[in-house]
Amino acid sequence: MYGTIRHEIRIARPADVVWALAGDATKLHTWFPGIVECTVEGNMRTIVTATGIPMPEEILVCDDTQRRFQYRITTPIFKHHRGTIDVIDLGDETCLVVYSTEADPRTMAMVIGGGTAAACRELKRQMEASV
Amino acid sequence: MGRKILFITTDQQRYDTLGCNGGTIARTPVIDAVAAQGIRYERAHPQSVVCMPSRSTMLTGQCPSTHGVWMNGVPLSEDAPSVAEVLADAGYRTAIIGKPHFEPFLDAFARFPENGFSRAATFGPHRGFEHFESATHGAAGPLHYARWLAATHPEVVNMFYPVLDSALEVNAMGGGDTGAPQAWKNNIPREWYHTDWVADRTIAWLDSLPIDDDWFCWMSFPDPHHPWDPPASEVGRIDWREVPLPAGYIADASERERVLDAKPRHWRAWYDGRMVSNYEAPLEWKPSTLTADQLREVTALNAVECELIDEAIGRVLAAIASRGWDDDVDIIFTTDHGELGGDFGLMFKGPYHVDGLMRLPLIWRPAASAGSTAATVTRPVGLIDLAPTFCAIAGLPAAPWMEGKALPLDDGDADARGFERVLTEWDSELWGVGVHLRTITRDGWVCSAYLPGTAHDGTEGELYNLADDPLQRENRWADPALAALRGDLLADLWDHQPAMALPLRAVEAPV
Repeated sequence: MYGTIRHEIRIARPADVVWALAGDATKLHTWFPGIVECTVEGNMRTIVTATGIPMPEEILVCDDTQRRFQYRITTPIFKHHRGTIDVIDLGDETCLVVYSTEADPRTMAMVIGGGTAAACRELKRQMEASV
Repeated sequence: MGRKILFITTDQQRYDTLGCNGGTIARTPVIDAVAAQGIRYERAHPQSVVCMPSRSTMLTGQCPSTHGVWMNGVPLSEDAPSVAEVLADAGYRTAIIGKPHFEPFLDAFARFPENGFSRAATFGPHRGFEHFESATHGAAGPLHYARWLAATHPEVVNMFYPVLDSALEVNAMGGGDTGAPQAWKNNIPREWYHTDWVADRTIAWLDSLPIDDDWFCWMSFPDPHHPWDPPASEVGRIDWREVPLPAGYIADASERERVLDAKPRHWRAWYDGRMVSNYEAPLEWKPSTLTADQLREVTALNAVECELIDEAIGRVLAAIASRGWDDDVDIIFTTDHGELGGDFGLMFKGPYHVDGLMRLPLIWRPAASAGSTAATVTRPVGLIDLAPTFCAIAGLPAAPWMEGKALPLDDGDADARGFERVLTEWDSELWGVGVHLRTITRDGWVCSAYLPGTAHDGTEGELYNLADDPLQRENRWADPALAALRGDLLADLWDHQPAMALPLRAVEAPV
């Protein structure tokens, strides 16, 4: 069964600045709690979780103009997965980061989505601390 | 040297599963004896009927709206207050052994400290507990029991019921003799089952303490929460074929459905399999398919688990006696919430504020050195009152952030200190289904108000007279003769119900 989870957070930094980190496929482990390693080859990324489990992903979209990053986890436990990070310019030197997770089985959307909630908080913390 | 505290919890245990509370199926002589020496509470309610919010209430002494764990899957804040910390600061040695569940179990990114200790082969400290040794309902997951079992007895790891199905939903698969959901024949030797492991580890920790130390030990059994998969060697204690159907089960289907139809619509919707509002109920199980024999078997397996817990407690009490601590130990026994157990044809739990889920076993045997007398308390109390009680036992004032009061010693004490009401909350938002209700129990009535949600427009409610209708079969919410009473109860509810702490904390896992 299919499920979707969305987390959003407003960050008091310009969209371009936040996108420079959030849109960099090689830097996910620097702001996603529980991901300790991240390697990219072509459109394939492998992350390693803090439990030591490697998780292969396919990068689907990395659009600097829309500031949208999309990927899918390719491990067999997922019948479907799509993660989407949008960085939306709010026009006042702040931005909204929206991190969406779609998954089948839907329970995995919650499990992954819990991590994305923490990632949004950590991204905000790092960005606003760097002012 | 002061009073020591043995805090015993079980998970999802009904009030009527103890002999001292009128139970007739499980034999619970150890807890019955503790109750005979102490104070037995007849109207103790949780502040939430699911695990994480309720356990967070026990630890913080706050209602879910205040501590922020508003549904399962919301982790208790790292900096949430903890009664264990208060006691540790006062010089108590502190431990939790068994099921903690202040943080989610499904933790793919290993973000929660609760799940990290076993991986690192450490035992805390965490949330005021210097010793943190964890277990849950089976051999899966990142907890100490699972790792111990996998390391020492790997051949039995797969003997437990698989709690989740292949889609990671709570499993509806039937087993046992009748195909009842979550009933299972588990061939694990009894001494390796988590109930005895929790007792063994508790005894080991107590044995490690110097004789003069004061201590607070939370011994937290994962049973009799489903799955109902006690060691097969023990199942023969109770022949399910001879188990009577629970009083709350309505055998006649048309009468059962009439009763359900008089309650807010999510009751019947779940019964018919049209709406599952919460993760804790098996998604693929339709309650209307429950047979009388399945219910008998589940009731019997549940009773076996209660007996094993009782015997495990007996071993721990014997170990305490052998240390010469008997006269100085307060024992408090309770559970985090109840189990529907066949009431209205339902099992498991959800947004249903009736006795099956809300009326809890609660027993306090003060240390003999306290000089108190045995009593039965009929006034309403809550798990929110536990943390201030632990402080009182330790001779400490309740912390200012605690929202309850030290448990009363008898009804006179309860009246003198204003134990008039107890409140219970439910909030869930899952896969597009939101359910929100608030409940007050006072003056022999239970009154639940539904807030707007997926199945409710905010006008629905439930009102039961506990004296005339102990099984809560007649919903009198719409009875015009009770309009004034209903209004008074609701006014009192809203006067005392704290507002939800905002911003709402994120749901970070299903459970």
